[in-house]
Amino acid sequence: MTTLELAGLTKRYRVRGAGHMLALDDVDLSITSGRTVALVGQSGSGKSTIARIITQLERETSGQVLLDGVPIPRRGKALRSYRQQVRMVFQDPFASLNPYHTVHHHIARPLLLDRVVPRDQVDAEVARLLDRVRLDPELASRRPHELSGGQRQRIAIARALASRPALLVADEPVSMLDVSIRLGVLNLLAELQEADGLGVLYITHDLATARHFSDEIVVLHHGRVVERGPADDVILTPQHEYTRALRDASPDPERHFGGGREPETTGSRS
Amino acid sequence: MNRDPVLSVSGLSVTYDVDPPVEAVRDVSLTVGQGEVLGLAGESGCGKSTLAYAVQRLLRPPAEITGGEVVLHDVGGSDVDLTVLPAAEMDRLRWDQIAMVFQGAMNSLNPVLSVGDQLADVFTRHRPAMRRAERTETCGALLEMVGVGANRLRSYPHELSGGMRQRVMIAMALALRPRLLIMDEPTTALDVLVQREILQEISRLREELGFSVVFITHDLPLLLEISDRIAVMRAGRVVETAPAADLYRHPQHEYTKRLLGSFPSLTGERGDFVRKGGVTV
Ligand SMILES: Nc1ncnc2c1ncn2[C@@H]1O[C@H](COP(=O)(O)OP(=O)(O)OP(=O)(O)O)[C@@H](O)[C@H]1O
Ligand SMILES: Nc1ncnc2c1ncn2[C@@H]1O[C@H](COP(=O)(O)OP(=O)(O)OP(=O)(O)O)[C@@H](O)[C@H]1O
Ligand SMILES: [Mg+2]
Ligand SMILES: [Mg+2]
Repeated sequence: MTTLELAGLTKRYRVRGAGHMLALDDVDLSITSGRTVALVGQSGSGKSTIARIITQLERETSGQVLLDGVPIPRRGKALRSYRQQVRMVFQDPFASLNPYHTVHHHIARPLLLDRVVPRDQVDAEVARLLDRVRLDPELASRRPHELSGGQRQRIAIARALASRPALLVADEPVSMLDVSIRLGVLNLLAELQEADGLGVLYITHDLATARHFSDEIVVLHHGRVVERGPADDVILTPQHEYTRALRDASPDPERHFGGGREPETTGSRS
Repeated sequence: MNRDPVLSVSGLSVTYDVDPPVEAVRDVSLTVGQGEVLGLAGESGCGKSTLAYAVQRLLRPPAEITGGEVVLHDVGGSDVDLTVLPAAEMDRLRWDQIAMVFQGAMNSLNPVLSVGDQLADVFTRHRPAMRRAERTETCGALLEMVGVGANRLRSYPHELSGGMRQRVMIAMALALRPRLLIMDEPTTALDVLVQREILQEISRLREELGFSVVFITHDLPLLLEISDRIAVMRAGRVVETAPAADLYRHPQHEYTKRLLGSFPSLTGERGDFVRKGGVTV
């Protein structure tokens, strides 16, 4: 059982020529093995800042980040071990993959560094991971710019899962995937959650998947948590005005066209 | 709905000449009418971005147009085939007549220039006569329009959130008031409220200026709402094109039916999720 806890997290940034801004204002959040917390909210409300603080790409102004009750290490072996336990999928798959390395290299590297499988099984493990994110293992020899946006996004996910982390911080991990693959990837995470107790912080703008895929939803607005609770409650009976506005603004074809869809004749869902 | 076409793509094919070759776009024909929003949906990897790049003539080897043409219908009634237009002419048209928001928009800003300078640069290049003060004011107004705020003119890309960077790119694409705007997953990092504000702004401008939009996204509920017509792609081909309401009510192609059927409903049931509910707080 692993728990990552953010307590009273605050982050101030300097804005050029316009003073300071409070990107995070006293945020509490915890991620635990086997559970998914969805983090939703306004563009610019501080979601990626939280992810960057967790992965130590950014230093908090005040507050604490604790892994199983201990402040997260800042350097050395302990930091490496922390990074193996807590993996990140970055928001932008166009920036987070190295253009000079093949897909194989991206995924094999953590496998080797963290000694996940014996050396002679690395290729097979790379192929297995690609297959799990619904990519043709043949893509292993390509480089990132030879892939579509959604394919790159899946490479980033496969890479993050390669080290078999205890916790995954996923910043908009499926935003460029069509529904069917999107559900495939989220279902994969749900399976890992059941089987290996993976804990997930799922940052997203997609309220429907936030609801169905997470246990808890946390709503961020201007750097503050304005609402949190069990996923269904937050979406079905939102308490905060901002959450309600968000939910009501979600496109809904049923409402837009006033119904009238032909009943499904084939491939109806279970 | 009969509109004068702005863009006609006919029989377009694009292959990535690698081993084995990837036929990313196969014999695609599409038209975009004046003032129309054409939605483009389809599986990840089916060739949407390749098609958009081909129209903008931004493909680089190993990509190769193996057939077809892309015709931009000029205001004066004259037609230009973009696939054979001299490079210098094409540079002039790009941004000015056809602007594009790239799928990796968040990452396509220059990291060492402030966003204000990058916006200003578009005007310096394409509207050299514009005065400095007017340029600064216009750039500020553009950032206000997309909700980033004029006080962020001096910010560098890394100081903005993913969604803010996407909005800067949208502002840049609208800067010169192009005739055709191609947007490839332009709002993946935007919350639904901001997304709505921006789309309303685009739709207001569209009514005012009469430009056309090709909107590429996996967000089908959104696409159904904003598009006049929707084209669905599968493995490089357009398998179905129909007015949005028709496509929603009477999808013809199996793949379209599947796309529409697998969307998890926000307030309804779980659909295809394997998750059973998990632990509650
Ligand atoms: N290095 C920085 N310097 C100054 N301001 C910054 C910096 N990094 C982030 N910010 C600001 O902090 C705020 C929060 O940004 P963040 O990236 O966390 O938002 P977000 O919730 O992830 O948004 P999005 O959904 O658009 O990705 C934004 O206003 C952003 O401009
Ligand atoms: N340089 C390249 N070399 C080889 N294949 C490529 C190259 N660039 C793209 N491809 C392949 O061409 C196909 C179409 O890619 P494209 O980027 O057009 O897809 P897309 O429909 O935009 O997908 P997404 O929704 O994931 O962005 C994909 O299978 C991709 O792997
Ligand atoms: Mg972000
Ligand atoms: Mg694409």
